[in-house]
Amino acid sequence: MTEFSSIARTAFASLPADVQWAGLRFSQEVTTHRMVRDDAPQANATSVDKGLMCEVLVEGHFGYAATSDSTQEGLQLAFGRAIATTRAASSRKAHAFEAVQRPPSQGIYQSPRVQGLDADSTQAITECLLAASAAMKGDERLVSRTAHAMLIQTHIAFFSSTGATIDQRFDMVSLKLSATAAQGSQSQSRTWSRTGQMGSEIFEVDAVVQQAKRVANEALQLLEAPNCPSGVMDLVLMPDQMMLQIHESIGHPLELDRILGDERNYAGWSFVQAEDFGCLRYGSELMNISFDPTRAHEFASYAFDDSGNPATKQMLIEGGILKRGLGSLESQQRSGIEGVANSRSASWNRAPIDRMANINLEPGDSSLEELIGQVQHGILMHTNRSWSIDDYRNKFQFGCEFGQLIEHGRLGAVVRNPNYRGVSIDFWNRLAGVGRDDEIHGTPYCGKGEPSQVIRVGHASPPCLFRGVEVFGGQA
Amino acid sequence: MSTQDFSARTSALLDAMCERLFSNLQAGEEVTVGLEAEETLYLRFNNNRVRQNTDVTQRVLQIRYQGGGRTVDHGMNLSGQVDADCHSIDTILEGCRFDAAVLPQDPFQVPMQNHGSSREVFKGQLLAPAGLIPAIVEPAGGCDLVGFYAGGVVISANRNSKGQNHWFETENFFFDYSLYNGPQAVKSVYAASSWNAQDWAANLERSKASLQLLKRPLQSVQPGAYRSYFAPAAFADLLGMMSWGALSAAAWKQGRSPFKKLMEKELQLSPLLSVSENFGMGLTPRFNDLGEVAPPCLDLIKAGSLSNVLVSSRSAKEYGLQANGASGYESPRALDVAAGTLADQDVLGALGSGLYLSNLHYLNWSDPVSARVTGMTRYACFWVEGGEIVGPINNLRWDESLYNALGPQLLALGSQAEIAPEVGTYSKRSPGGVRVPGALIDAFHFTL
Repeated sequence: MTEFSSIARTAFASLPADVQWAGLRFSQEVTTHRMVRDDAPQANATSVDKGLMCEVLVEGHFGYAATSDSTQEGLQLAFGRAIATTRAASSRKAHAFEAVQRPPSQGIYQSPRVQGLDADSTQAITECLLAASAAMKGDERLVSRTAHAMLIQTHIAFFSSTGATIDQRFDMVSLKLSATAAQGSQSQSRTWSRTGQMGSEIFEVDAVVQQAKRVANEALQLLEAPNCPSGVMDLVLMPDQMMLQIHESIGHPLELDRILGDERNYAGWSFVQAEDFGCLRYGSELMNISFDPTRAHEFASYAFDDSGNPATKQMLIEGGILKRGLGSLESQQRSGIEGVANSRSASWNRAPIDRMANINLEPGDSSLEELIGQVQHGILMHTNRSWSIDDYRNKFQFGCEFGQLIEHGRLGAVVRNPNYRGVSIDFWNRLAGVGRDDEIHGTPYCGKGEPSQVIRVGHASPPCLFRGVEVFGGQA
Repeated sequence: MSTQDFSARTSALLDAMCERLFSNLQAGEEVTVGLEAEETLYLRFNNNRVRQNTDVTQRVLQIRYQGGGRTVDHGMNLSGQVDADCHSIDTILEGCRFDAAVLPQDPFQVPMQNHGSSREVFKGQLLAPAGLIPAIVEPAGGCDLVGFYAGGVVISANRNSKGQNHWFETENFFFDYSLYNGPQAVKSVYAASSWNAQDWAANLERSKASLQLLKRPLQSVQPGAYRSYFAPAAFADLLGMMSWGALSAAAWKQGRSPFKKLMEKELQLSPLLSVSENFGMGLTPRFNDLGEVAPPCLDLIKAGSLSNVLVSSRSAKEYGLQANGASGYESPRALDVAAGTLADQDVLGALGSGLYLSNLHYLNWSDPVSARVTGMTRYACFWVEGGEIVGPINNLRWDESLYNALGPQLLALGSQAEIAPEVGTYSKRSPGGVRVPGALIDAFHFTL
């Protein structure tokens, strides 16, 4: 912190007079992958991604240059490149900004965890993964058994010429188990994962082995199961699929940079328009969606975004009505729409853009049994397997790993290849029940932006009931 | 820093790092060193104005360590300062030894070999930002242009302690852009190793002409099965699914390949379809992440039958197969689809009545066992009747098995295969691309 504070002050002092504001973001991310497949080590890889992003405001235009050379000479060169390109671009800038879009915040953040992700845990983690792999063994139809841990330790320090001093440290884990059962031309996989900000306490062998046994057993069940039936029926989605439903059909369409058109050449536009905020009925009255970077243990919890904006919980949709967008101070200034602290970059070498963070569906008051009990003819689906949605975020088709029929309010037979499709607003207005017990899920791989950026997001949700959804199975 | 300076400094840095690393190895230890480096200008545009500009200089070193039958990988950014980077690599070597001491034996470790040396350098002539930005936006005056320029030098190098030494360097750019008219849009890419104002103007004019077609009355197309023409960019998107495990030996053996039935001769694709891994296109280096060199051309699918799957050296050892220079991910790196006989001027006539699709969007396997894929239409897609474009369509969701679309339903391939340059920029700018013709497919299923 002190080292980079001093480097930043020296760099800022030598900038030319036409630089209205300058920022320096140091980022170091140490990522370790440990993977076991079929009781043998498959990957043991560590990467250290470290560098600095120099940011300048010149003639009302923000521009960036990234370098991994942290010497004064290296920073001087990088700031020089940022200034030269930004000067060249400023006369044709998309919008005029001011330093107020980079507040001079000060503060720290540290992920909550019981035990740190220390290097000396290599052996313990490997033993946990080997135990999981072994627990999935026992039937020759199980042709692949994997246990994969990704450990991420991130340190971001941000300084600005107007006094911002922010230090944030994150400890994150993604643990995933997978079993594939195959016979003849048929093949089915079942997975379990846990993601979020936590420490090595997640590698509790007995708990992981218990999940591994369930995953293997359910893969074998799927191999024997009939295909999911086709038809319009009620649908109960479990939290590990609600995560994807929220992400694709709420999170992305509410990003203000999409609504402003920045992403039209890549990720796409949005069916949501600026005039929809405050009045669009997005879903049924049971639908309450929050942006919550304050919730402990979710992947994208933080105290400040990468432009120095303090992060607070905000309601995006209340009682089914759209209230607020996912837009940074830049996007709020451009659109006049209320936003959140979500100016985020994937790495030291990428400029911040509007991203999701933790986008959660607030719990209701039904137990899972009560939700199932409301269904005469339907299906319950677990765990996302396939995802696709159009560039306006309207027409989606999602598939899950594991389905169970519901008849007369009771869970029945297991079915394989369960899929469903719909249109976002119509779908969310079919929300007829919200569970009271939510679970934290998320993904380390949300892609967006030019240049492209993959970032971590969290989604907490209870199980939910939707009425009259188009459901279908596979061909095989 | 000029491109020449960046290249020379990167090469000198790699020399120093490798000398330090190799000289510090103990008996029984071997390492492979991969380097990915770039000096890139990224510019993104919205409404024909600059939204963000980012200059990126980075050098990323990947080390694979083998010792005592264990395998450990380690990656790091280089600062560009020789002393600091050499100190870091000392620390990393110690870290590899530490990990190796507590890891189990790697039963599928492939002993390192010297896979030879190669050097390919493709120089370009790129514009500086002050000249580049007006060169892009002035010809597009009055257009709602949204686009992304990425240009500069990209280096990929690989060495190992057995003596192999590969270097691939290319200086080029792409400008990936869309022109919008309200919600309707067309998509194109202009890519080269030197900016040419006439070429850019011609590319832009073609896009403007396509945009005019989108002003015709919007056609409402109901879900159903339609004869469809996939322009080369759309067909490239569809064939891109082959990168998702379809042609991987490991995915096949582990029960995950959607082309399992093709691999086990249970099904065949159309005799019109031949697909190869062709490094002769010169878009990407032949050496992989371990410095192993792929053959110049490898048939993957020949007249509808599987010829080869992509086999990494690790899969070869585990499953008793013959390695063919595939990367660890066993995805195609230089996909080349043989052209057919359907001339551009005959496309609409051959289509008759149906859908003309310029681009697809957000593809994913919907039922891997039957190689079924779902996705969306995107950009300039039209309803065609009697061989004439009637008007643009609302985007449609589709869901179709590749065994059908690339099998009995494949009616013809275009006579001109086009190169679609790689525009991927996750983590770094990636060189490469594919060469694909258009395709006429019967009874393609649209669902929503």
